[in-house]
Amino acid sequence: MRSSLAALLSIFTTTVSANPFPSTYEPLPSSPTLITEATILTGDGRRLDDADMYIADGKIVWVGEGTVPLEGVRTINAAGKWLTPGIIDVHSHLGVYPSPGVSAHSDGNEATSPVTAEVWAEHSVWPQDPGFSRAVAGGITSLQILPGSANLFGGRSVTLKNVPQKTYQAMKFPGAPYGLKMACGENPKRVYGGRKQAPSTRMGNVAAYRASWIRAQRYIQDWEQYEQKMAKQSAGLESDSNSALAAALIKPPKRDLELETLAGVLKGEILVHMHCYRADEMMTILDMADEFGYQLGTFHHGVEAYKIADELAEHGVCGALWADWWGFKMEAYDGIQENIAMVDRPDNGCAIVHSDSEEGIQRLNQEAAKAMGKGQAAGLDIPPERAIRWITSNAAKSLGIADQTGTLAPGKMADVVIWNQDPFSVYAKAQQVFIDGAMVFDRDDETLQPVSDFELGQLLEAAP
Amino acid sequence: MKRQLFTLLLTLACPIVLAQDLLITGANLYSQSDAGIIENTDILIKNGRVEKIAPRIPTNKMIRVINAGGRPVTPALFAGVTVSGISEVEAVSEAVDSSYRELYTELMHPEFDVRMVYNPHSSVIPITRVEGFGFTLLAARGGDKTLTGQGGLVRFDGGYSSFEGKPVVYVQTSGRSAGSVGGSRVAHWMLLNQAFDEAMTDEELTLITPQGAATLKNAKDEGLFLFHADRAADIMRVLAFAEEKALSAVIHGGSEAWMVAESLAAANVAVILNPLKNLPENFESLGARLDNAAILHKADVQVIFSSGETHNARKVRQLAGNAAANGLPHSAALAAISSTPAAVFGGESRSITHGSRADLVIWSGDPLEVTTQAQHVILGGIPDTMVSRQTLLRDRYLDAANDMPRAYISP
Repeated sequence: MRSSLAALLSIFTTTVSANPFPSTYEPLPSSPTLITEATILTGDGRRLDDADMYIADGKIVWVGEGTVPLEGVRTINAAGKWLTPGIIDVHSHLGVYPSPGVSAHSDGNEATSPVTAEVWAEHSVWPQDPGFSRAVAGGITSLQILPGSANLFGGRSVTLKNVPQKTYQAMKFPGAPYGLKMACGENPKRVYGGRKQAPSTRMGNVAAYRASWIRAQRYIQDWEQYEQKMAKQSAGLESDSNSALAAALIKPPKRDLELETLAGVLKGEILVHMHCYRADEMMTILDMADEFGYQLGTFHHGVEAYKIADELAEHGVCGALWADWWGFKMEAYDGIQENIAMVDRPDNGCAIVHSDSEEGIQRLNQEAAKAMGKGQAAGLDIPPERAIRWITSNAAKSLGIADQTGTLAPGKMADVVIWNQDPFSVYAKAQQVFIDGAMVFDRDDETLQPVSDFELGQLLEAAP
Repeated sequence: MKRQLFTLLLTLACPIVLAQDLLITGANLYSQSDAGIIENTDILIKNGRVEKIAPRIPTNKMIRVINAGGRPVTPALFAGVTVSGISEVEAVSEAVDSSYRELYTELMHPEFDVRMVYNPHSSVIPITRVEGFGFTLLAARGGDKTLTGQGGLVRFDGGYSSFEGKPVVYVQTSGRSAGSVGGSRVAHWMLLNQAFDEAMTDEELTLITPQGAATLKNAKDEGLFLFHADRAADIMRVLAFAEEKALSAVIHGGSEAWMVAESLAAANVAVILNPLKNLPENFESLGARLDNAAILHKADVQVIFSSGETHNARKVRQLAGNAAANGLPHSAALAAISSTPAAVFGGESRSITHGSRADLVIWSGDPLEVTTQAQHVILGGIPDTMVSRQTLLRDRYLDAANDMPRAYISP
C-alpha cells in the first residue's frame, strides 16, 4: 500500500526533469603534452615569458614550473610562439543561422510571438554548420549559441565545446548553466509593431517584460505552495493512510515551459544575456532586475556601454561588445571604438569582445587587438595580458563556466591555443588548438582540420 | 548640356580652404610607384601637390613641418564600395538614398545616379576619414532591379562634388537578387540583353527610359559596368556578355573568382572582393577561400577590397591585412585599397611621386596592422583635424564625471 502510494506520488515529482537533453560530451583522445619556451598569457592578467606548461588527462597540470613524467610525454617547442587559454565567444549564432544561409536554415528567431522563453536554441543547432570548423581555426574552444533578438524573451541559449560532432548534445559544455536571451529596443518593437501588435514602443517592451516576470513569480509561488502541501501531507504518511491518499490527490500546477525558464532566472539558475544598445535602456533593465530580484548577467552589443561603465561595474554586469561596428541602426549611432577599453577600465569592470558573426568569430583576437589599440591610443594602459581577458576569462565568467575554463590555471580544462606570434596582430594565426587536452586543430596537419558533411564533395572539379 | 552643368558644379564646389605648404620629414614612404618603399625621406607639399621627394629637404621657417619619425606614409586609402554620404543610418530608411524600388515606371533605371545627392557633411565621412581613408566608390545599391543605377569615385575632402573617374553602372546578376525579377537569374540576362539591344540600336524602348539608354551608351563608351557575381559560372557569363557587348566590366563579390582566374586575367577584368570570406554563405560561394586574392594576384588579375560596409568601412584595412596574412604580397594588399581602385575606376593616380595630389596618411606602424593608428590624414595638402563625432563622444565620456552632466562637456 505504502509503496504504491509512493509510486503514485513519484509521478508528480519526477515529471519535471531539469535536464532533458543532457550533454553527452566526451573529450577527444589526448596525450600528456609539455609546451615549452612560449610567451604565455594566462588569461587572468599575467604574462610569462619563455615559459612552459604541462597538460595531462585533459587538464592543465602546471604553468611555469613543475615536473613531468619521464616517459609518454609529447613535447611541443613553442619558442617564438604565444600561448593563451582557448578563446570563448559569448555571442554566436552558428548552427542556428548556419552557412549556407538559405531560408530553410533560418532557425534563430522564433519570431511569432514577442515572448518565447519556451524555445531552446539547441533544438535549432545544425552541427554540420561549416562555421564551427572555421571558428576552431581561429582558436575558438567554447561558444554560446543564442537565439536572435526579434523577441523580448528569445529563448534559452546553449554553451558548446567547439568539437565537430554529429549532435549538439555531444558538443554541450558539461555543467554549463543555461542562458536566457532577452532583447531591448528597436528589434522587438520593429518586428511586432510592424504587425500592429504589442510591443510597438520601448515602453511596450518594458511592460511586456514585467508582465512576464509577474507571471513567473506566480508560477514559482504555485509550485512552492504545492510542495508545502505535499510536505505537510507526507509528514502524516507514516501514521495515517488517509492523509497519504489526500497527498496523492493534490494536483501539481500545470507545467509551463515558458515560465520554467523565467522561473529559472528568478531562482538564479539561468543567466540573463540581454541584447541592449542604449545607455538609458540598460539602466531601465538594471532597475527591472532589482524589481524582480534577479542578477543581470551580461549586456550584449551595448554600443553605449561606455557611457555607463561605472554603473555596469557597480552592478557586476558584463558588457559583451563589438570593437567597431556601428551605425547600422539608430540605437547603434553612438558607437565608438574605445567602448570595450572604457568598460574594462573601472575596478570590477567586465569587458568582453563578442562576434555575433560567422566572420568575426574566426578572428576574435583581431577584434580584441583593435579594441586594445584604440584604448591605448586614448591613453589607457592595456597590455596584451589584460586585453586577452576580454576573450577568455571574462567570457567564461559571463557564461558561468569560469571554474572550468577561461584561464590557464592548474586543474582547469586544458583548452589552449598556440599562436604563431603575438595574437594581437592581423598576421597571427592559431597554430594548434586543444580542447580538454586533445589537439582538435593543427594548421600544419590537414588530418587535424575538420570538414563538415556539407562541404564534403563540393566543387569536385575545381582543383585548388 | 547636362554634363556641362555637372562640370560647372564641380568647379564651383571645390573646397575653399587653401592648402598651405607642408613638409613631412623622415617618412617611410610606401609610394605605390615603381620606386616602391622609399625609406627615411622628406616630402615637400606645395599647393596641394607633392613638390619634391628627397632626403633632408631644406626649407624656411614659415612652413609647417610634420615629423613622421621613420613611420610609414601611404596614399590616403580606398574605403571600398560604400554609400558614404548617401546613408546616415542603414536601418533608418528616411535617411538612406542609395537604392530605388517600386518606382511607378516599372522600368529599370541605370540613370539613377547616387552622386546627385551625395552629402559631404554626413558624420560618416569624418569618422571614416580619420582612420586614414581618402576616397570611396559610391554605389547604387540593391533595389529590386537588374540595373540598380550608377555611381563613381568620390574623395572625402569635404567638397560637395569631389567626384572623379568614370561613371560606374551597377548590375545585379546573382541568384539572391533574382527573387524580384522572376525568381531566376536567367531573368537578369534576359532583361540585360533586351535593355542593351534597345539602348544600342534604334529599337523601341520598353525596359529603360531615353535617359537610361543614354547612361548605358555613355558607360559603354567611357565608363564601367560593375557586375555583382560570386559563382564561377556567373562570372564566366559576365565575361561572355562583356565581350559580346564590348563593355568594360568589373566583378563585385567574386567569392569563386579564383576558380576562373586565368579567364579574368585574359579579359583584363578586375575583381572587388572581401578577402575575409571563406564560408559557403550560399550556393553561389561554395568555393569561398581566404587565399582568393592571392591566387588572383598571382594570375595577374587586378584585385580591390571592399567589406560591403559603409559605417564601418574603416575595416577595409583589416581586410587587406588578412589578405596579406594569407599569401598576398604586402604591396599588393596595400595597392588593393589605394592605387588599384583609383586606376580601375579612372581616378587620379594614387602613386606618390613628383606632382601627385597630396592625399597622404602618416601611420603609427604597419598600415595593414590592426593595432596601427592613422596619426595624420592629409587631403589635397591640408592636414585633417582628426576630429569626428566619435572622437568627440569618446572625449566627452573619457574623463571622470564632475558635478555637471556630460552634456556640458564640449571636448
